[in-house]
Amino acid sequence: MNELDRERMKKLLRQSLPPVKSDAGPERDLWPDVLRRMDARDATPTLSGWAWFDGALLAGLVALAVLFPASVPLFLYYL
Amino acid sequence: MQNGASDVLNQFRQGDVDAFEALFRRHQRAVHGWILRIVRNPAAAEELTVESFWRIHRARDRFDPSRGFEGWARRIATRAALDWLRTKRTANELSMEECGEVAAPVKADPAVTAEIRRKTALAFGRLPPKLRIAATLAVVEELPHREVAEALEISVAAVKLRVFRALRLLRKDLEEQGITP
Repeated sequence: MNELDRERMKKLLRQSLPPVKSDAGPERDLWPDVLRRMDARDATPTLSGWAWFDGALLAGLVALAVLFPASVPLFLYYL
Repeated sequence: MQNGASDVLNQFRQGDVDAFEALFRRHQRAVHGWILRIVRNPAAAEELTVESFWRIHRARDRFDPSRGFEGWARRIATRAALDWLRTKRTANELSMEECGEVAAPVKADPAVTAEIRRKTALAFGRLPPKLRIAATLAVVEELPHREVAEALEISVAAVKLRVFRALRLLRKDLEEQGITP
């Protein structure tokens, strides 16, 4: 693709996707949403970003693998 | 004034919610506008602005006040927008109606029909998000390559390469549809 082709493609792209209006701001105050988001995350107990349920599931799988090693191939098959 | 701004940044870094709100009020319009330029969808831009500020709050320990807030916030917002483009790629959210709501008026070339413009927009939506975001900012929004590079955390040469690849893929897609740009 030469320089002329590139310029033609750029022009076509600008015609097809006009630039966004630079003054387009949010239509509402987003701060309450940010606060809600922060509160929701704070309320979820996590372990290195994992939900408690993820940790419990992993612990269960490890226990299953230790107690019943024969279940590992079966588990891997269904992964 | 300078000290006041510096105090706010330091307080934000220490987890002060009032300082975070002050930064949010000062920068939300710029962050929202930046995201809107990338995703071109007003509802998604609002959602991603909230997501970006939540990520900003979460990453406050890694913020370096000496490097300024705006560029750092913009990089986080760009990553959030890129994640969104990745998830929406197959759904192809880049509809012309959405673009029309936020797009600035441009003088249409009479040689380019509405159908060609529609197909070009759809083909652009099929590009890999990394290429699409570079082309959107550098070609559509006509932002300086250096600014795009800083936001994408890549070199200026990498921006140029991504734009080149985006245009080449777009041209190939259009040719396959029988459109010769």
